[in-house]
Amino acid sequence: MLLKRLTEASGVSGNEKEVRDIIIEEIKEYVDNIQVDKIGNVIAYKRGKKDSPRLMITAHMDEVGFIITDINDSGLLKFTTVGGIDHRILVSKSVKVGKKQIPGVIGAKPIHLQKKGERLKTLSLDQLYIDIGVNSKEEAEDLVSIGDYITFYSEYVGFGNDLIKAKALDNRVGCNLLIDLLKSNTDLSFYAVFTVMEEIGLVGAGPAAYTVEPDISIILEGTLCSDGPDTEEHLIPTKLKQGPAISLLDRTTLFNIDFRKYIVNIAEKNGIPYQFRKTSFGGNDSGKIHQAKSGSTTATISVPCRYIHSPISVMAKEDYKNTCKLLKSILSEIEKGDF
Amino acid sequence: MNFNSELVEKLVNIYSPSGDENKIREFIKDEIKDFVDEVEIDSLGNLIARKKGKGKKIMLAAHMDQIGLMVTDIDDKGFLRFTNIGGISPILSLGQKVIFKNGTIGVIFAEPVDNMGKLKLENMFIDIGVLNKEEAEEKVSIGDICVYEIGFSENDNVIFSKCLDDRIGCFVLIETLKRVKNSDNDLYFVFTVQEEVGLRGARTSSYKINPDLGIAIDVTSSGDTPKAKRFAVSLDKGTAIKVKDNSILTHPKVRELMVQVAEENNIPYQMEVLEFGGTDSGAIHLTREGVPTGAISIPTRYVHSTVEMSSKKDINYSVDLLVKLLEKTI
Repeated sequence: MLLKRLTEASGVSGNEKEVRDIIIEEIKEYVDNIQVDKIGNVIAYKRGKKDSPRLMITAHMDEVGFIITDINDSGLLKFTTVGGIDHRILVSKSVKVGKKQIPGVIGAKPIHLQKKGERLKTLSLDQLYIDIGVNSKEEAEDLVSIGDYITFYSEYVGFGNDLIKAKALDNRVGCNLLIDLLKSNTDLSFYAVFTVMEEIGLVGAGPAAYTVEPDISIILEGTLCSDGPDTEEHLIPTKLKQGPAISLLDRTTLFNIDFRKYIVNIAEKNGIPYQFRKTSFGGNDSGKIHQAKSGSTTATISVPCRYIHSPISVMAKEDYKNTCKLLKSILSEIEKGDF
Repeated sequence: MNFNSELVEKLVNIYSPSGDENKIREFIKDEIKDFVDEVEIDSLGNLIARKKGKGKKIMLAAHMDQIGLMVTDIDDKGFLRFTNIGGISPILSLGQKVIFKNGTIGVIFAEPVDNMGKLKLENMFIDIGVLNKEEAEEKVSIGDICVYEIGFSENDNVIFSKCLDDRIGCFVLIETLKRVKNSDNDLYFVFTVQEEVGLRGARTSSYKINPDLGIAIDVTSSGDTPKAKRFAVSLDKGTAIKVKDNSILTHPKVRELMVQVAEENNIPYQMEVLEFGGTDSGAIHLTREGVPTGAISIPTRYVHSTVEMSSKKDINYSVDLLVKLLEKTI
């Protein structure tokens, strides 16, 4: 299954090759042109029968993770984070290290030995290390090097009532949606762009938009979902199983109101459930895309994902299906030429 | 003093939050179309008016947008929750009246809080005077934006209003383009969008125009109120020539040119060294290979409140300076 392969692949920002290779393999039969630009974005073009506004659909390939900063004498690895990760979730997690995907665990002083004051505080990165099961610096250096990337290790598992748990649903779910769109029968020409380094500051999207010069872009995401009882109703950004989340605004974009309403109308006309992404926190590739060159129109459509930026993000299959349905409906509307 | 209060009053009363600047754009377009050679609206919604000339391309930018509040949730009783668009202060918003695009009026209040200093927008709500969610949804939808609603006032010295930031810059640009007669320069008067959320409209419009020189016209703060933070800009002491803010160190030649023109024409001015904030000039000067850029500021008290205050003289001097500057061969 593609989403399993995509989420289990390693693709920490700046090291997206494994994910990129899977994507290229999947889409090459379905596109007319495919190019990997200088910083690693995949820019594919699918020529349809219809001329249209220059449409670009994007999803970022990268995920949050870590990088080795030092190896100590006993062979334990010191590390830093790449992208936004809550340090409180790190201890006792499984990881894979370096090109050889060496298994490791994030360790720390056990709670039994922590002093009273220490127990009350979150362990800082200084107090954590990655244990790859070796006894010395030399043994470690045979397997890994300073600068190697580290990825959370977490298997794709279906569970509960049609839910999925996996790492990196932010944003392999977006990649998967875009691949599905390329494989679907559409008469509309569009650019499919898989970007790099979104998690460290929307790095790949700017150059990609500079190259493509889109009139309209749709950014696909796996986004923030917090619908538990600990969040007040009006502060819930998105809810599971309420359909694709259409963004209102975030730190990087005020989404074009007319395009947003156009998308809402399409959802309503086709009986597709939808919700708004109601928080202004966070940002995504749209921030760079809509401000590239002389500017363009963007929208973001996301699959709600609980616990993102951790090894156990969770989404509902039905949200995926509805998002896919909405995207296909949007393409066929744009094809009719009324936006 | 000859001051066109009528036009300022019209400008400040038009609904125009960042991201939805349609109404003000239409108004300004109508106001200026007979005085320029070309008018264009770009994909983010910037209004670009050109007065053709054979000389250097000069881009003048004043932003049309104002800060606002976007509805994110409607509860069962019809109370609206919201997020900020631009720099909205919780404490200055408490008790204010707001208006939506369709004219719906609301008031901003808050859940009970012990310490007003800790008031956050997430604990505040808008009450539009309805009895339940259904009634609310007839008037307002999630994603709708409202702005502060308060009347315009003036006396002989000053004007008081919401969103002088940056309708007063738009006013200065409009008056300037009406008055500029003999310019060799190729003038682009740009009324930008989305300044309040990160200089976004200026970024894309300056890319398109590719100017030789950029000038932003915006409000700045003032240091002349009781126990104000040290800042050598006061109301009624003249137009302000920007030296720096957090978005730009203005190009020394542009700054010197402004000073020179002010001196030559006996236009009162003051130098503005602002230690916070930013204007469209920040985005313009980093466009493409870089653009020499400066800014003319209108000293303004209480920026981002509903009672911003600027001096009529300073506003007129700002127009004088711009007109003389543009009529110079650069």
